[in-house]
Amino acid sequence: MPETDFSTLLPKIWNALLETLVMVTGAFIAAAVLGVLLGHVVYATRAGNLLQNATVFTVINAVVNIVRPVPFIIVAVALIPVTRIVMGSSIGPVAAIFPLALVASVAIARIAESNLVAVDPGVVEAGAAMGVRPWRVLFTIVIPEALGPLALGLTYIFVALVDATAVAGVIGGGGLGNLAMTYGYQRFDWVTMFIVIAVLIAIVQLAQFAGNRIARLVMHEGR
Amino acid sequence: MTTATATATAVPVRGAGVDAAPARATAQTTAIAFEDVSKTFAVDGREFDALKRVNLSVERGEIFGIVGYSGAGKSTLLRTVNGLDRPTSGRVVVDGHDVGSLNPRDLSRLRQRIGMIFQQFNLLQSRTVYQNVAYPLKHAGVPKGELLDRVEELLDFVGLADKALQYPNRLSGGQKQRVGIARALANRPDILISDEATSALDPQTTGEVLDLLQRVNREYGVTILLVTHEMDVVRRIADRVAVMQRGEIVEHGTVYDVFADPVHPTTRRFVSSVISHEAAESTLERIRRVHDGRLVRIHVGDRGSNDPFLSRIARTHRVDFNVVYGGVSELQSRLFGTLTVELLGADADVDAAVRELAGIVEVTDVAIREGASIA
Repeated sequence: MPETDFSTLLPKIWNALLETLVMVTGAFIAAAVLGVLLGHVVYATRAGNLLQNATVFTVINAVVNIVRPVPFIIVAVALIPVTRIVMGSSIGPVAAIFPLALVASVAIARIAESNLVAVDPGVVEAGAAMGVRPWRVLFTIVIPEALGPLALGLTYIFVALVDATAVAGVIGGGGLGNLAMTYGYQRFDWVTMFIVIAVLIAIVQLAQFAGNRIARLVMHEGR
Repeated sequence: MTTATATATAVPVRGAGVDAAPARATAQTTAIAFEDVSKTFAVDGREFDALKRVNLSVERGEIFGIVGYSGAGKSTLLRTVNGLDRPTSGRVVVDGHDVGSLNPRDLSRLRQRIGMIFQQFNLLQSRTVYQNVAYPLKHAGVPKGELLDRVEELLDFVGLADKALQYPNRLSGGQKQRVGIARALANRPDILISDEATSALDPQTTGEVLDLLQRVNREYGVTILLVTHEMDVVRRIADRVAVMQRGEIVEHGTVYDVFADPVHPTTRRFVSSVISHEAAESTLERIRRVHDGRLVRIHVGDRGSNDPFLSRIARTHRVDFNVVYGGVSELQSRLFGTLTVELLGADADVDAAVRELAGIVEVTDVAIREGASIA
């Protein structure tokens, strides 16, 4: 078993941490915007809803259903040519943002949609009865009412992204997951692996804590 | 179609002339008119008639109750008033506007003038009481300064000024409904429609909410159309009532007339759920075991004279009587009631007594199965 050299290890961990944070936050922000948007479109265009539109609903729903069941590693590899075009390269943490964001936005779309569907239809109807037009009902009633659960759903995706970066790391993204794999798994450097795991746990804990706080702030309710 | 028309004309209507609109109505105009309203739903590929050629008008300033069992179509009828449900055929005219012909913008404007309250309150959970009441005002473009005063006034009116900054989940059911009422009144509507607004509340709270609705009607002159399965709600605040069954109105009239003399079996069942002046079949059988004389029902109510007709007639014809069942109630400041009386004496004397009674009040013979009128 090799001796652990902390003077070289710590900068490595620091670098990997930064790479992971770049991948996670980049992908998360992009996916949150795109995913929440997609979720709303699917919700609003569903038959019987505010802005029902069969074509839009069917197309987006199909895209979401096609991407979702495919394992991330397959998506990431399959997307390499597209990633190269979109991000200019297929190697490194910045490039990895693309497949991560795509997969996460599809997941967020489903979560956002289910949060929106869970909004009491009675409240939506109350809005309509007050003479509020569909778009305004969506933005001033449905979204605010869904915000609490949505914050929790986004937190869940954030944590899942930390997990997915490990996979992205193996196929060229770098980051903590890659470090744990190369040192811990391939070189049997348990110390490095444990430190990386500790850092990952800390990130996840922090994210979950922040997510819970935000959700509680916007929910005001004991439901 | 012809059968539907026949049923429609067979609907018993009493008091349609003088009593149609209450005295306090400011103008004798119609607030809501349902004209031949039908609605058909497709359920599992089968057609279901939720409304069958409903004709009804609600006068300005009155409180109109629609009662029926669940599935009778009363909520669907109510929801055609603000276009949440659309009739398959027929028209709904509100304040002179044919709801079905309005474009989205005009429908939205009309809806701002029709307040609506719900069984489940439907408050915005993510907003405070203040924000819930302010919401329709903001949407109507009321300036901020005016908005503040208006919300304060409304919360005062419903007695919740101290709860302005609470979130709905901290309120009791009755308080939630009062917020719902304040919100519905925000844009000073002419009409308030109420979909089972007290059905989720306990009797005490129901009373408070009904008192509040009555104040809304009297102080603001708001026409109220309410739907309920509780006849007691109608008895307490409505001026007129319609009874619905399977998408049809089977009986309507002033609350007094309908309660004092219900005609349709469903109406009778509803009335007897609140006021029971007439003995049920099982009770009658028990009464029969002891009282084998002739049983008649005498309908009593507000009578102009102090004539003790019952004992007077009994004495004249040398018969005795037992009051075996009955009661007298007050409704809309008028009395009505039914007494079931056993008459004892020679057959000819009893017949003569009944004939004389029938000249003064409505008398019905009580058979074990079905009552036959002699008057």
